[in-house]
Amino acid sequence: MGEAAKTVIFEIERRNSTDENSYWEKFELAYRPNMNVISALMEIRRNPVNIEGKTTTPVTWDMNCLEEVCGACSMVINGKARQSCTALVDQLEQPIRLQPMKTFPVVRDLIVDRSRMFDSLKKVKAWVPIDGTHDLGEGPRMPERKRQWAYELSKCMTCGVCLEACPNVNDKSDFIGPAPLSQVRLMNAHPTGAMNRDERLNAIMGEGGLGGCGNSQNCVESCPKGIPLTASIAALNRDTTVQMFRNFFGSDHNV
Amino acid sequence: MRRLHSLLGIIPIGLFLTQHLIVNHFATQGVEAFNTASHFMASLPFVIFLEIFVIYLPLMYHAFYGLYIAFTSKNNVGHYSYMRNTLFVAQRYTGIFLVIFIAWHVFETRFQVAIGNAAEADFNMMANILDNPAMLVFYILGVLAATFHLANGLWSFLVTWGITQSEKAQKYSTYFTLLVFVVLSIIGIRALFAFV
Repeated sequence: MGEAAKTVIFEIERRNSTDENSYWEKFELAYRPNMNVISALMEIRRNPVNIEGKTTTPVTWDMNCLEEVCGACSMVINGKARQSCTALVDQLEQPIRLQPMKTFPVVRDLIVDRSRMFDSLKKVKAWVPIDGTHDLGEGPRMPERKRQWAYELSKCMTCGVCLEACPNVNDKSDFIGPAPLSQVRLMNAHPTGAMNRDERLNAIMGEGGLGGCGNSQNCVESCPKGIPLTASIAALNRDTTVQMFRNFFGSDHNV
Repeated sequence: MRRLHSLLGIIPIGLFLTQHLIVNHFATQGVEAFNTASHFMASLPFVIFLEIFVIYLPLMYHAFYGLYIAFTSKNNVGHYSYMRNTLFVAQRYTGIFLVIFIAWHVFETRFQVAIGNAAEADFNMMANILDNPAMLVFYILGVLAATFHLANGLWSFLVTWGITQSEKAQKYSTYFTLLVFVVLSIIGIRALFAFV
């Protein structure tokens, strides 16, 4: 079979703006070896002609690092949310269907607005507060083995795939999703971060917090970084159980 | 809220279901044995308070809050057909089915006794109900849905309260709850067929 004759068909769910209805558009591209979804989208941008031969608007999408580190190019490919930079055409069933992650507000075509995740990180205080007017010196030491373990949690790139895969993150619920929860565990594991652990735990004990999890475990199956999200959620469940008793029966100090 | 829902599903509802199925199992030892056991349960002191605080109130909270949970999820087993996600959806469907089944089951048995249409929920009452093959199927589905919902709920209870954290612990608790499902189902189904 001649390589030159081979083509790749894409079906893309498009829309012009957040409020408009979506429509499907097909594209047929010449196959090139080692193609990925992004290089195909670049090809469409270069020559925005659909399968019927009509010139159309170029498909818009988000991308940045191109090596599965930034999380910007996440989209739903053949039904599953993942990064388009590491979605190799050779490994995908055709026609390749591209859809935006509709758990988030769709800006245009495949671009979504993930700002709810960043708002959630603010809500759960996913940082270590060290700012002050004078040098606080060094913090407590962290065991090396614990650092190695915590590094895995720190790989989260806020890509949104776990929120898209989670059946409990949708417009009927205010569940913040697995990614920001796991960041609470990361920050609480940090020796300096642990000094404010109760604030983060209390933040996830209310509306939209841990209670929204239904244990479908799609997040851990979908996470492109292999973060143990469900272990994080279960560990936080234990921590918040203890925190709940502390809040009620505990003494008058918080940490 | 969600934690309370999870806790109430096990204590007291899960315990009650286990107790209920075991008492029903007396039916396999004959009419007399079942009637004695059933009469003993019905004549416990303060039975109405036991029923209200151990069964009706927790069950109603679990049912209504459970319906809210079931209808706020967007099921996606089509695209994400992992085992846990399938069980997640099954938990919601069995939950909805159980609300219907239990409402009907209580109406047909306990409520009839309460309004005086029947003297006591005895062997004959159940035998009459299960005489109808459609009802027998409905009851078999009800028992299986209940035992599945309890077993799978036990698994997620262990996660929700932070008891099983590691992947390994959650895997072993899956085996354990599978065993719970099988054992309770056998007890429940054997009891049902004893009435036929």
